[in-house]
Amino acid sequence: MKLITAIIKPFKADDVREALSELGVSGMTLTEVKGFGRQKGHTELYRGAEYVIDFLPKVKLEIAVSDELSDQVVEAICKAANSGQIGDGKIFVSNLEQTIRIRTGETGNDAL
Amino acid sequence: MITRILKTKYFAAALLLLLPSVASAQDVLNGANTAWVLTSTALVLFMTLPGLALFYGGLVRTRNVLSVLMQCFSIAFVVSILWLVVGYSIAFGPSELAYWGGLSKMMFDGVVVDSLSGDIPETVFASFQMTFAIITPALIVGAFAERIKFSAMLLFSALWTLIVYFPVANWVWGGGWLGQMGLIDFAGGTVVHVTAGIGALVFALVIGQREGFLTAPIMPHNLTMSFTGAGMLWVGWFGFNAGSALAADGSAGMAMFVTHISAATGALTWMAIEWIKFGKPSGLGAITGMVAGLATITPASGSVGPAGALLVGLSGGVVCYFATTYLKQKIKIDDSLDVFPVHGVGGIVGTFLAGILVSADLGIFSGSGLAEGVTMGSQVMVQIIGILSVAAYTGILTFIILKIVGAITSGIRVTQEEEQMGLDITDHDERGYSL
Repeated sequence: MKLITAIIKPFKADDVREALSELGVSGMTLTEVKGFGRQKGHTELYRGAEYVIDFLPKVKLEIAVSDELSDQVVEAICKAANSGQIGDGKIFVSNLEQTIRIRTGETGNDAL
Repeated sequence: MITRILKTKYFAAALLLLLPSVASAQDVLNGANTAWVLTSTALVLFMTLPGLALFYGGLVRTRNVLSVLMQCFSIAFVVSILWLVVGYSIAFGPSELAYWGGLSKMMFDGVVVDSLSGDIPETVFASFQMTFAIITPALIVGAFAERIKFSAMLLFSALWTLIVYFPVANWVWGGGWLGQMGLIDFAGGTVVHVTAGIGALVFALVIGQREGFLTAPIMPHNLTMSFTGAGMLWVGWFGFNAGSALAADGSAGMAMFVTHISAATGALTWMAIEWIKFGKPSGLGAITGMVAGLATITPASGSVGPAGALLVGLSGGVVCYFATTYLKQKIKIDDSLDVFPVHGVGGIVGTFLAGILVSADLGIFSGSGLAEGVTMGSQVMVQIIGILSVAAYTGILTFIILKIVGAITSGIRVTQEEEQMGLDITDHDERGYSL
């Protein structure tokens, strides 16, 4: 199993969710986060002075998937979250040791 | 024809009979004037509670919101009691001296249900003036926000109102020397805005910059709250300026209209400058320009005409904008919520302009006219003397009061750790929000 963590632009969150639903991904966690990369921050006005705000609002998606589905999910996120502009975000893929569904006690792929 | 002449004669005779009572008309209560000043009193208190409290509260960071609300309200509590005990007497007592009103009206001695001040009840006049005494020290909150000890804030506000505000109110409005010189200050350009502005400037210099000032952005936590407060300030200002006519008459009507025009012009001016410089007009910029327009028209609201108000608002917007950026960005004084550049500078510009735009010889920009035997030059000189004397007195006394308060409360500022934690917790053991 893989844990896929994607940091994307907030306005792309719905597109990504739809694309993943089509692939059969049945659940995910979304968190509103702040951060910066190559896009850097943006400026805000305060009474006639500009200030640089380093941390921009982003959305973090966490999706646990089976090994087979992993590549397709990454590809779908890349496609759906791409606006062609700097600051589209990143995807991190890591190995996932175990998954447990709390209600039934199912484990592994059955719990996904 | 004969009857008509007779009638006229009778009428003239009747008028003559009426004369003694006309001369003492000010001893008769006027219901309309009383009703308007009662209403204005509520409007001006509404400017502080909650107008200014919300305006300032939204501009600080989340961890300090409650402390700012608490500071504004506490100042209202303390100044109200001070006003009863000694403030009204110092400001408006009957002393012959031109520097204070004496102590004969301490504890409102002699102020009873039937006492009149002009043609309104003395209680109404005193309550109306009390709301001005409340908002003036509350304005200074913007200078020391986010780093003041609550005890030091309370002690400072009490002493400052006692030693700075009450006497200056006497000088200008209570029969004191500036009023006798003919200073034009209809609703508090010097009494309220110059004192608060200079007090704020000195306070900001003494207490020092906030942690992270200019190295990290210190942004408002809730501009919705600031907009709400700004709207209340605008509406309340009708009571502040039009109420200062102390009558429900044409002077009040004109004061209300010019106040409104200046606020709108100040806001548009600030918006335009930001739009040109940064490509976007900011919301905070718009309401700051609005307050600048209101502060600037305050001393002039009883003497300028509608077109003159346009010039006042424009000047207030431009000068206060550049004063704000200059003070913070160039000389790096952390007058945190810009009390001096907006209120102090606005008050100075307005008091100065009142001496010019009062003239009846400016065509469409004419005002209500200079007093008899006064030239524009001599009026402007009086205005400058008023500004400089009030500013100098306020500056020196504010500094001395701060040194005394600092000695009593062992420092006026919280520790670095407390500042980082926020004043809501360190001063009040509460949070503004539990969302």
